[in-house]
Amino acid sequence: MTAATESTVQGAIGQSPKRVEDDRFIRGRGSYVDDVQLPGMLFMAIYRSPFAHATINSIDCSRALAMPGVLACITGKDLEAHGLAWMPTLAGDTQAVLATDKVRFQGQEVVCVIAKTQYQAEDALEGIDVDYDPLPVIVDPGKAMDADAPIIRSDLEGKADNHIFTWESGDADATERVFQEADLVVKLDTLYPRIHPAPMETCGCVSDYNTATGKMTVHLTSQAPHAHRTLFALVAGLPEQKIRIISPDVGGGFGNKVPIYPGYVVATAASLLIGKPVKWIESRSENLISTGFARDYHMSGELAATKDGKMLGLRANVLADHGAFNAQAQPSKWPAGFFNIATGSYDFKAAYCKVDGVYTNKAPGGIAYRCSFRVTEAAYLIERLVENLALETGIDAAEIRRRNFIQPDQFPYRSPMGWEYDSGDYEKALNIALDLVGYEELRKEQAAKRERGEIMGIGFSSFTEIVGAGMSKICDIAGLAMIDSAELRIHPTGKGVLKLGVQSQGQGHETTFAQIVANELGIPSDDIAVEHGDTDHTPYGLGTYASRSTPTGGAATAIVARKLREKARQIAAHMLECAPDDLEFDSGTFSVKGSPDQKKTVQECIFAAYQPGLPEGMENGFEDVTYYDAPEMTYPFGTYICVVDVDKGTGEVKVRKFVAVDDCGTRINPMIVDGQIHGGLTQGFGTAMMELISFDEDGNCFGGNFMDYLIPTAVESPSWTLGECTTPSPHHPIGAKGVGESPTVGSPQAFVNAVVDALSPYGVTNIDMPLSAHKVWKALRDAGVSDE
Amino acid sequence: MSDKTVVTVTVNGEEQEALIEPRLLLVHLIRETLHLTGTHIGCDTSSCGACTVLLDGRPVKSCTVLAVQANGREVTTVEGLEGPDGLHPVQEGFKEEHGLQCGYCTPGMMMTSVALLAENPNPSEQEIREAISGNLCRCTGYVNIVKAVQYAAAKEGATA
Repeated sequence: MTAATESTVQGAIGQSPKRVEDDRFIRGRGSYVDDVQLPGMLFMAIYRSPFAHATINSIDCSRALAMPGVLACITGKDLEAHGLAWMPTLAGDTQAVLATDKVRFQGQEVVCVIAKTQYQAEDALEGIDVDYDPLPVIVDPGKAMDADAPIIRSDLEGKADNHIFTWESGDADATERVFQEADLVVKLDTLYPRIHPAPMETCGCVSDYNTATGKMTVHLTSQAPHAHRTLFALVAGLPEQKIRIISPDVGGGFGNKVPIYPGYVVATAASLLIGKPVKWIESRSENLISTGFARDYHMSGELAATKDGKMLGLRANVLADHGAFNAQAQPSKWPAGFFNIATGSYDFKAAYCKVDGVYTNKAPGGIAYRCSFRVTEAAYLIERLVENLALETGIDAAEIRRRNFIQPDQFPYRSPMGWEYDSGDYEKALNIALDLVGYEELRKEQAAKRERGEIMGIGFSSFTEIVGAGMSKICDIAGLAMIDSAELRIHPTGKGVLKLGVQSQGQGHETTFAQIVANELGIPSDDIAVEHGDTDHTPYGLGTYASRSTPTGGAATAIVARKLREKARQIAAHMLECAPDDLEFDSGTFSVKGSPDQKKTVQECIFAAYQPGLPEGMENGFEDVTYYDAPEMTYPFGTYICVVDVDKGTGEVKVRKFVAVDDCGTRINPMIVDGQIHGGLTQGFGTAMMELISFDEDGNCFGGNFMDYLIPTAVESPSWTLGECTTPSPHHPIGAKGVGESPTVGSPQAFVNAVVDALSPYGVTNIDMPLSAHKVWKALRDAGVSDE
Repeated sequence: MSDKTVVTVTVNGEEQEALIEPRLLLVHLIRETLHLTGTHIGCDTSSCGACTVLLDGRPVKSCTVLAVQANGREVTTVEGLEGPDGLHPVQEGFKEEHGLQCGYCTPGMMMTSVALLAENPNPSEQEIREAISGNLCRCTGYVNIVKAVQYAAAKEGATA
């Protein structure tokens, strides 16, 4: 890292200017996809399968076609004629755009109706008649590989089972040897249940084909507009220069808006065929039952340790439920994402994991919901195992972590499953958290309460994340290197535009990325307009997910600003008649070393860049572009401590206090960092306590609307106590690591560990999420604590 | 569905007349007919509150009100908050306290907050949390939304 000197320029790194994007949002002047209203625009609604698995005998749209305003009913057969009935997924599988042969999950897309109004399109869904023959349904992934299991993917030639992949990491033999040596082995079988990102804005698009120019403009709820443009070109066969993706304001993404969904493809095809704009906006129910579920990892973990709590080896076996199509969004070479970060913050001798992916009759996925590709599941498993090791050995939960942390002098640290951690000081984060929560007092209080039969728990999570993909040598999506970009153009008056390949969905890029320029180039952040989300006007990038914006796009921004700073330095030297090396740069001013009144501001240099009389050989103008390929991932970390009180009579869990100490390296805008942490912790709370998408044995989805799929309201949501420490990343230009996902990755296990700690005197060693009052009450009743 | 009816609704102080289907939801009248797209739709079960507007000063989820029910009445949307003297204190509070991220729930959240402060100019944190519990936010964790409402309450108190 080249640490920038602390800049006094308005908006420089470390300051918390208010967000520039808020000016439009608080006035109701944002521009989300559903706000796009075009002349002659048609509307699309989707008829979905009521069955989880059924053969389609026939589809009759005649009643719908006779209804008012209906222009077309598009079936899979219609798409087949254009080679569009199936599409590739990001995971290298294929997915039905509209079902042709059979339906494979409840809510699968079967027919799309195009009508003049939204009401007419939805009315016409009642006029679709599909004749089905129901087939046996697989809901339990554990039964997917049974010999007599029905084959879900009969469309795949030669497919004789429901297995998708087996992926292994680490050294099985070395791990087995370590397990043989160990004094004890702690085991845990746990399900990280199926949940949904559920951003407040659902997915949708307005596809607008211009019959005169042949250009297809798609207004799209997209976290990765450039990658989506390329995928549209590859899937639909449209020339890429004639596709423009506009991802305007995005109402939250959290991974939900990374994949391409069938609705996008059909609306685009319909616009192409009809020659008019077609809008498709998902309803909330459609969002929850069909797009972008996350997790659904059935994990068996084993942790080998000495009796004094020194961890030696980790072994994990995972059954991954991917639903009916393998539509997860991971880098191509990583079918189980970065699950092999599972050794977390601890120094193991050996580790090994094996993940099997299977098909079931459920919605396809799973996407990386506010996490870097299965790191959430991995962080959960290791932190739950460590909690149970503490219970097993009787060693304090903080102390056992302390004994096993990777030490600061071990960085860069090579983990047993192959990752190179950049930097960390795990004990420091733990100590700050212990102080903030008042740990010793709490344990005394807990002991006193236990004497009185009251139930209180303290749960830890000392997580390590892996973010910022990153590293084209190992990471691509659909063959595209996971680079990202920044283009910076400063106008003669010293104010300019930064264009990004990454895509904000609420993270505040228009504010924070201008701050990076302010820091590096010395131009106030207020003078930099940030643009993103329009592929015709921004440089190529892979988009925003996996906490990658700051690690990749932020790095590109710093580097492009530095390139231009060097140009300004040449110009300043030319004007001051000195050598460039004789100049010092501080907060936007170049001054001659030893003669500080001999100086030029960066704005003077920029104006000169547009004037005659530049140094010999230098071109006019003041702009540049950078594509950044990260040398390594970044590894944010932290310690979270959760304190809960449990009601013996009802099983209700009350979060009394939650301390979160995050180390995300350099903090660009502390206000925004705290906001990201608040939001992520609340999502983690939802995961741990409330949220669940489940199915009955016929594959009927429970959790298909906001009355059944409960996300936290202001009443349940706890308040958070935040602490921080800062260990910059040594390889990132400004030392930043990324923060958006740490709290969702790090927090669920802290809640669960707190409840397990609370219930441990009664022999409880595990409860799977979500920790509903009923589930906790049941555990207490089974332990003989609560009455019927 | 062809029997259309005329409604007259005063929206943000301006009388609007529209020929509509009787089943048209108020949120669609606002967004599609009047092109005021600041009011958002986030669910289909009246759970999320993104579509909250004021109907005769009281907050309603406009996805659960028929446009004909608003006939002859006054509707205030987010676009009607800013006055000639600038931002409404609630709008200012949301910006100053970082009470929004993606911005999607923000208009509905602000309308509920405006209604709360009209009724209770000095709410406690718990009262704020209960008042906005019909408005879902997925980004902020509500901490800064509570602060935003407190900011507005303090500002309105100071200028009252």
